[in-house]
Amino acid sequence: MSDAPGFTEPQLYELIDLIKEVHGFDFSDYSKASLKRRLSRIVMLKKLGFYELKYQLANDQLFFQWFLEEVTVNVTEMFRDPSFYKALNTQVLPYLSSFQHIRIWSAGCSSGEEVYSLAILLNEVQLNKKSFIYGTDINTEVLNEARKGIYSLRKIKSYTENYQLSDMPGSLTDHFTIMYDAASIHSELKQNTLFSVHNLVSDNVFNEFQLISCRNVFIYFESALQEKILNVFYNSLCPFGFLCLGSKETIRFPDFKSKFKVINSRENIYQKIGDQ
Amino acid sequence: MAINKNIIEHWNNSEIVLLGGSAGSFKLLFRVIKAFLPGLNKTVIIVIHRRKNFFSEIERLFADNSKMKLKEISDKDPINGNTIYIAPANYHTLIEKGGYFSLDVSDSVWYSKPSIDVTFESAADVYKERCTAILFSGANQDGAEGLLKLRNSGALTIVQSPGDAEMPDMPQAAININAAEYILRTEEICELLKSV
Repeated sequence: MSDAPGFTEPQLYELIDLIKEVHGFDFSDYSKASLKRRLSRIVMLKKLGFYELKYQLANDQLFFQWFLEEVTVNVTEMFRDPSFYKALNTQVLPYLSSFQHIRIWSAGCSSGEEVYSLAILLNEVQLNKKSFIYGTDINTEVLNEARKGIYSLRKIKSYTENYQLSDMPGSLTDHFTIMYDAASIHSELKQNTLFSVHNLVSDNVFNEFQLISCRNVFIYFESALQEKILNVFYNSLCPFGFLCLGSKETIRFPDFKSKFKVINSRENIYQKIGDQ
Repeated sequence: MAINKNIIEHWNNSEIVLLGGSAGSFKLLFRVIKAFLPGLNKTVIIVIHRRKNFFSEIERLFADNSKMKLKEISDKDPINGNTIYIAPANYHTLIEKGGYFSLDVSDSVWYSKPSIDVTFESAADVYKERCTAILFSGANQDGAEGLLKLRNSGALTIVQSPGDAEMPDMPQAAININAAEYILRTEEICELLKSV
């Protein structure tokens, strides 16, 4: 990888403009260093030059679908950050249990690992019957994977440590049907889930939620875009609804404090206050 | 190889110090952190391989022993002078042109997240010759490609002498692809880092 093809700054912006114009996806407020790294990886994988990449992006819809999946990061884990799930269980769910129903939005859900982790947790505390989890992402392909709820045994094995550190009872595989080299999530855990396309950059409020989880998505966005999306979240939450961000996603907006109360500063869990 | 005038000059002109380490580098990095003084007038960015889910122990130990301000990196943190930054576990840390960090959870590189390569490569894009990077002991090849990119963009690149490293693979990998401008003994590295 020593001579990994790089992009000049103007080339990067040329690609961003092209993708916006032809496909309607706006990457201009994405974190540039990460975006650049993903693009360099794509041209290396496909052995493309800059102009070939431009041509493919403009003319090949199938290529663009693949490109979109590659350029956005779809790495996720079940029970990623066990301390977050513990905090959710002890600090948030007892509060939400008094609500008539619990609608949850997992924004940027990728292949569904977080949605099913939440479903497993809600099932354990017997809140599953009145809960519904919406998983959204900009990639149709990863949403298809999410709907299936089938993960390789290798992945399930790597999630097992997270599960145990989250203080969950039994074993993660208790919630799956094992088939040869893959594991399929139990159908009752899929029952109250729905996966659909939603682009955080361009789409707006689509429902009212008691809890929104958007963890490790903001890291790909520059601050102005983060602020815009925070407003969408604010307007999507019911009064006293909860917002969960990734543990390293610090909010720096001055008026945030008047809108949200900190529930857990290390896990970045907030509660909506000051509804107009 | 001993410390010469060129090394000292490039070191003095470096705003940014990048330190990468893996297995067998912890004790040395700990010693280095203790040695840095507030008058250093540089930004130190440390990427050290470690397991996810066991965070805060290393950070706390480092913070308790540092005379300089030390912070575990959060997304979009501004990069300030006279501060030691530690890349968080289970994220890659990238450096943005606007003078701040951004994090990334994409696949591990050389089974590592944080990956030294990822941080070094993005630093090469931003800092060019205004930086010094040192690669320490480790059992894999992470950091070698990043160090090469730094060297090609004008940074001062140093590796710990494999003979001195508890795990020689990582410094050796960098030497093999000619990424190291200088190969220094542990004592020489400590001496250089202490020169303010």
